Amino acid sequence: MTAGLGSVVSRATGLGKDVNGPGGRLTILSDCELSVRAGEAVAILGASGSGKSTLLGLLAGLDTASAGEVWLCGERLVGLDEDGRAALRNGRVGFVFQSFQLLPTLTALENVLLPLELGGHADAQAVAADALARVGLAARAGHFPRQLSGGEQQRVAIARAFAPAPAILFADEPTGNLDPATGGQVIDLLLALRGDSGAALVLVTHDAALAERCDRRLAMRDGRLEPLA
Amino acid sequence: MTAWRITLRLLRRDWRSGELSLLAAAVVLTVAAITAVGFFTDRVEGAMARQGGELIAADLVIQASSPPAGELVEEAAALGLATARTLEFPSVAARGERTQLVEVKAADPAYPLRGQLRTRTDAEAPVEPATTGPTPGNAWVEPRLLYLLAAAPGDRLRLGESEFVIERLLDYEPDRADGPFAVAPRVLIGTADVPATGLVTPMSRVHYRLLVAGDEAAIAEFRAWAATRLPANAEFLDAREARPEFEGSIARASSFLHLAALATLLVAGAAIALASRRMVERQTDAVAVMRCLGAPRHLLTRIFVLRLIAFGLAAGLLGSLLGFLAQFGLAALLAGLFTADLPPPSVRPIAVGVGTGLVALLGFALPPLLQLARVPPLRVLRRDLGAPRLSAALALGAAAAALALLVFWQADDPQLAWKLLAGVAATVMTLALLVALAVRLARGLSHRARGVWRLGLAGLTRRPSAALFQITGFGLGILALLLLAVVRVDLMSAWEQSLPEGAPNRFLVNIQPDEVAALRGFLAEHEIADSGLFPMIRGRLTAIAGRPVDPDAYPDERARRLATREFNLSHAERPQADNRIVAGDWWADAEAPPQFSVERGIAETLGIALGDELTFWVSGREVSAPVTSLREVRWDSFNVNFFVIATPSLLGDEAATYITSLYLPPDRESLLPELVRAFPSVTLIDVVAILEQVRRVIERGAWAVEYVFLFTLAAGLLVMYAGIQASVAERRAEHGVLRTLGAGRAQLLASLAVEFTLAGLLAGAIAALAAEATGFVLARQVFDLEFAPNPWLWLGGALGSALAIGLAGTLAAYPFLVRPPLPALREDG
Repeated sequence: MTAGLGSVVSRATGLGKDVNGPGGRLTILSDCELSVRAGEAVAILGASGSGKSTLLGLLAGLDTASAGEVWLCGERLVGLDEDGRAALRNGRVGFVFQSFQLLPTLTALENVLLPLELGGHADAQAVAADALARVGLAARAGHFPRQLSGGEQQRVAIARAFAPAPAILFADEPTGNLDPATGGQVIDLLLALRGDSGAALVLVTHDAALAERCDRRLAMRDGRLEPLA
Repeated sequence: MTAWRITLRLLRRDWRSGELSLLAAAVVLTVAAITAVGFFTDRVEGAMARQGGELIAADLVIQASSPPAGELVEEAAALGLATARTLEFPSVAARGERTQLVEVKAADPAYPLRGQLRTRTDAEAPVEPATTGPTPGNAWVEPRLLYLLAAAPGDRLRLGESEFVIERLLDYEPDRADGPFAVAPRVLIGTADVPATGLVTPMSRVHYRLLVAGDEAAIAEFRAWAATRLPANAEFLDAREARPEFEGSIARASSFLHLAALATLLVAGAAIALASRRMVERQTDAVAVMRCLGAPRHLLTRIFVLRLIAFGLAAGLLGSLLGFLAQFGLAALLAGLFTADLPPPSVRPIAVGVGTGLVALLGFALPPLLQLARVPPLRVLRRDLGAPRLSAALALGAAAAALALLVFWQADDPQLAWKLLAGVAATVMTLALLVALAVRLARGLSHRARGVWRLGLAGLTRRPSAALFQITGFGLGILALLLLAVVRVDLMSAWEQSLPEGAPNRFLVNIQPDEVAALRGFLAEHEIADSGLFPMIRGRLTAIAGRPVDPDAYPDERARRLATREFNLSHAERPQADNRIVAGDWWADAEAPPQFSVERGIAETLGIALGDELTFWVSGREVSAPVTSLREVRWDSFNVNFFVIATPSLLGDEAATYITSLYLPPDRESLLPELVRAFPSVTLIDVVAILEQVRRVIERGAWAVEYVFLFTLAAGLLVMYAGIQASVAERRAEHGVLRTLGAGRAQLLASLAVEFTLAGLLAGAIAALAAEATGFVLARQVFDLEFAPNPWLWLGGALGSALAIGLAGTLAAYPFLVRPPLPALREDG
């Protein structure tokens, strides 16, 4: 499932996104080029509203582009419909969000189980328990999100993202809702698990210090992607 | 498998987290109401039919001019049914020199199978009930026979070749009511004594009856079996056909019960709609996450449908249990009122209830829920994205289709169902239209208002569609409560008044023409009001519009019976005050040319149309005239009424006896012996017992309807709660922002109070309008009663709902005001 080291797991060429706003057509992204190799950690830096979350959505196949091409795990997204893209994401793409996005009515363990069960994973229960243990929350498996702290909720989200052993993980401001100390611990965990699993990581953040810890950094300015030294 | 596993897990968690509690409450309540009504109407209708059974002393009677075949009795016994035979024939009773024409009835010891006989040992003794007839050698006689034969209890009387001891006075026999125009007094003996009298020969005119009673299903089976084997001279009589006035009361009680159940269904439907809307809103994030994690749309759709069905089944079973328990409580409450035991409930209402819950749930919740599968996965990054808007036509269409299906199913009466649906559609549309207008008006005002008024008005108009939905929901809830007032108080009292205190309770029949003046004098002297003395002439209908009447040509049993029996005809110059001409015109005066006026019901049954020439065989000659008017008759008024009335020019010269009805208060019953002595040939018929029965049926019907309306009340409250909940959840984040900006708690509370009070006022005023309109339509169209508008309804409805919703909404939102604003902001961010 995981792409071999060196192979490209996410690629975008000439990527553009326009939307219809009250003042006419608005260009959010234009002519973005990006290639992420297996096992590589790429940070995308940018100010609020610079379009970095839009880029993330396009790369993960959550949204469709106005121009250009996107390949995910070797497949061209343009040819796929919404269900096709969902099938492609299932088990191969992990997500970590700023607002955690745990299902409030499911326990920590059940939240981790969800992508495994959607993918028809054979040993879902054991894999989910193991993933939860790896983020240090084995003891909180039966807790509901509202019974967990923000840091703990994000750790559950990380366990959920890594449990199906994805080829690539998209993280959107994963520390945005956490205090610096907790945020630091969450990032440590995220990078450590990435190292273990060999998954590629695309991290969207406005935090330069956080970006420093990635292999490569790109900046989003006025809808364009520029490499940073 | 995946779908099932995820469905069950979600459902388990939904249940525990209380996420679906509102929806569950709405479904459980709907099902509880439907099943409670189902169980209860099953039982009450069963009991009512049995009460009706008292009027024929059985559940089913086979009446014939020859003895019932032995195989009928055997088959009834094989089906576990009780049977009793009776035979009636006219004869002459003799004591010494005196003789008197009597109606002899001989009955098996098991007689009566339903109801009781009432007897006394002598004129001064108290009345005692009896469930069996006289023992061999004894006779029970109607009190007036003692006067006619100058006899006393204990004396002997002769019938044919046998002598009998007058053992008791017979005041009441349950099945006598179906032949109230009997001329001769009754003598009741045992069937075992009949052969010895030598009075019954193959040539005698004898009415044989086989009385059958028992389990309803077995009765139906027996009837079906016997129908093919009955000789031409035999016919069925059942409880419902026994007496038109009794049937009318049962039909009305049934109408009320069904209406009450339907009201609950309709109101709870609004609660289900509100609750499912809220559920969909709260599921949007979870769906976006699942789509983001790679769940295909068809899987989500499958999960939603499975979840809804599993949820509906669980809530339906829970509701059925509640309905079952509720029904037991009611039965216990009413136990003392029923003379007959309530038959046990069947399990059918469970299926009906669960089915109703599922249909309502699928109709209201499925379209928005399926739309949820279309939530874009990008919502995980962009909170402003939601499910694509559901087409209003689809949502409304599904809900309307579900409602229509359920109403037709429940009402069991297409006409009532149509009227109800039309009424509901008109009501909802009127409500929605008026609310839309008012919301638009409020929006204009909010720009000019200041402070809490602006906040409150803005809150009401911020999302016009949500406001429309919510206030219309409030309106429906209040409408249910107000309808309770309209139906319960106005219609019910009108209904009860249709049987007023002074309704006639005695009939005098067989009054000879030469006695009319003397009787009038007697009644006037004792200040007894009568309903008028009416001539009565017996006649057999022989032709309608030139076609001979052939009883066998009628498919309807009642029509066949009517076509074979003799009619009681009358002639009059003017119609009875309580008759209503519904077609054609009544004649101008006593000299008008020969014509007939026919009661509408019998005209329909026998296929008589306005203008048809009717021919009757009266006193050995044919009498013909056209039908020039159709009348509606209130049989339950207990006034003297006739199916067919002729002009005096047509029947005025025929030999007639006279009939009247009068009201005798209980404290003046001592006049009766005097009346009987003064007019020995006059037959006195006591309808106090029948009246009492009808009144009890009405009373019981009212109890049942009130009880059922409790569910409607609960559903109305639930709709209001659902509306308030939905709106409170919607503005949590907004209050967080306002608090952050420094808005004080008092200001926020005041703005909430303004918003909810206005919403309540609006909903209440519109609901009052709708309730009055509905009450009017129900009274005039369905229950055939007079309707009186009620100004208190307007005041109470509008102000009461403004107060209640203002208070409830503000209180419901209060917990969010006392919390720090940040969590509220976070939850939404």
